[in-house]
Amino acid sequence: MSETITEMPPVIPAAAGIQQLSMQQALNRALDEVLAQNPKTVIFGEDCGRLGGVFRITDGLQAKHGEDRVFDTPLAESGILGMSVGLAMAGFHPIPEVQFDGFAYPAINQIVCQIARMNYRSRGTLPMPITLRVPSFGGIRAPEHHGESLEALFAHVPGLKVVSPSNPHDAYHLLKYAATRPDPVIFMEPKSRYWQKGPVDLTPAAADTTAPDGGNLTGARVAREGRHLTLVAWGAMVSRCLQVAELAAEDGIDIEVLDLRWLKPIDAEALARSVAKTRRAVVVHEAPLTSGLGAEVAQLITQGCFDTLKAPVERVTGFDVPYPSGDLEDEYIPNIDRILFGIQRVLEYRRG
Amino acid sequence: MTTKPALAAVDDDAAPLSNQQLRELYTLMAAVRHLDTSAVAWQRQGIIPGYAPELGQEAAQVGSGYAVDRSRDFVFPTYREMGVARAMGLDMVGYMSTHKATWHGGMYNPVESRFAPIQAVVAGSVLHAVGWAHGQTLAAPDEGTGVAMTYFGDGASSQGDVHEAMNFAAVMKAPVVFFIQNNGWAISVPTERQVAGGSVAARAAGYGIPALQVDGNDVVAVYEATRSAFAHCRNGNGPVVIEAMTYRRGPHSTADDPGRYRTLEEERLDAGEDPLERFKQRLLADGVADEAFFADAQRKAEEEAEVIRMGIQDLGPRPGAEMFNLVFQEPTPALQSQATAWREESEHV
Repeated sequence: MSETITEMPPVIPAAAGIQQLSMQQALNRALDEVLAQNPKTVIFGEDCGRLGGVFRITDGLQAKHGEDRVFDTPLAESGILGMSVGLAMAGFHPIPEVQFDGFAYPAINQIVCQIARMNYRSRGTLPMPITLRVPSFGGIRAPEHHGESLEALFAHVPGLKVVSPSNPHDAYHLLKYAATRPDPVIFMEPKSRYWQKGPVDLTPAAADTTAPDGGNLTGARVAREGRHLTLVAWGAMVSRCLQVAELAAEDGIDIEVLDLRWLKPIDAEALARSVAKTRRAVVVHEAPLTSGLGAEVAQLITQGCFDTLKAPVERVTGFDVPYPSGDLEDEYIPNIDRILFGIQRVLEYRRG
Repeated sequence: MTTKPALAAVDDDAAPLSNQQLRELYTLMAAVRHLDTSAVAWQRQGIIPGYAPELGQEAAQVGSGYAVDRSRDFVFPTYREMGVARAMGLDMVGYMSTHKATWHGGMYNPVESRFAPIQAVVAGSVLHAVGWAHGQTLAAPDEGTGVAMTYFGDGASSQGDVHEAMNFAAVMKAPVVFFIQNNGWAISVPTERQVAGGSVAARAAGYGIPALQVDGNDVVAVYEATRSAFAHCRNGNGPVVIEAMTYRRGPHSTADDPGRYRTLEEERLDAGEDPLERFKQRLLADGVADEAFFADAQRKAEEEAEVIRMGIQDLGPRPGAEMFNLVFQEPTPALQSQATAWREESEHV
């Protein structure tokens, strides 16, 4: 599928500080700067050092910052995450990587029982400033366990925060933001978007501001404004929803695309603000339907907008099946047609 | 049983324990013994809801905990390290509060105590020790580095995290002492049905880690093994495995019934000599202490346990707001709104 839609709204001027970068380059640059700014940050995982990671997100960082700051670990995810806990207890800010989403499963014990709970267990004396980078979601014809969507699992765990950027600009700023937080953040990188370029405003961002540089980094982002219906998405599904919006516009349907970005905490106010205006919503995600994050989003919208909703919130998602092989991947991931059908169901809904 | 030292781990220069230190070790063991048996009684009396006794492991715990340098080392316990905590001088009301069900990790300050929060996942903190230890290497690679000591048992040795931890530590030459208390039982399963090969220490060879198997009921042997392991780690030589062979004389916890898996006769035969009594006889024979000293140690232990009992009985439930406030350093809006709803709807306004 061609990706011709510009993701960033066209309001960003071509000014100094704005560069065209792929998400891989943007993430690499963010890590480079984080390493330079905080001597306590350390990056590690399988093949993160000399190789620069299988997706090259840590490319060149070991050579620049040294083997103490960027290093390879043995091939054991529980070890990587368990080690992160100890490093955090020793005052470091670990930025571990699990090589692929499905390899977070062997580390779930350390993520759920330890990383998420140590601040609580220790009554706030042992914070866990751990930024766990997880190349996530499907779309690259990868082997089994190389294309999972774990956001609902992580978001359900008390003590974790979850974020997923959809474009290079947000990837750069959200990673820099996450890597300076005192709490654990699961940073889900949409691996099918690693090589797509987009404008990145590299002007230093001030956290919790609405300055024009990084923008507000704590909530959702309106990726496209519209009046008739809100598509809610995150990660790689944002660009697909923007494509859908362009197609729908040809039929006179004006769609708003809300890039949720933070999957925990979810920006409930942004959801309510958007749907209060459009009165219709479809949530799109790659993960299986049942108990997926779409249900949480639908409930938040219903709670915030019940009086004015024109139709039940639709979910267009992956199916309740193990992630299929590459040949069937396009049947599984929400495609343009399925999203358009979801939109149609909402638009045609009549009460009674 | 003999202690089999690994040459690289022996600290030959260390002076033998002074008589004063030997008496201090006994005083600690007596305090731990009395507090442990008292805690079981408190559970029966309804003062605490549960407890995991360490009866019989006093020498292993006090001897190892006594070797910790609280200015630079850090200990990663499980839920059965009361003797280590006491030997390291923890706030014991804060420690025992976990058994009062006040707060899972205990109410002591782990950072100041150099003693990580109490941990219910067996082998859960073994990897944390490796990360913390590697952090010491990164922070001050050339100085006498802080050492992490992680405790686990024969049961926990079956966990994959122990393998990952030993492998990581050896690859990174992390200053970690893996201190195994092989107490013969993982709840109802005996070591022979738990540990293939019969020894956790023997596994260290596969990682190239020096190992010591020590008589865990001999407090001096445990102390000396731990001290030499610390010296080995501190000098940048990487991790050490110590397997202290001991016996869990009591139940797994106050909810356990050992009669379902072992007889009293088996307990009597397998437990061997009581480590406290054994140390007492040694101190008497060596003229290090007399009966008056032991009576005094017992009196102090009883007084101490009484103070701790009063302390935990005075512990009220924690404010419910802590449920919400201590999840994050930066609480989420959703969590804050749940806290508000809880306060209003549960009449805590």
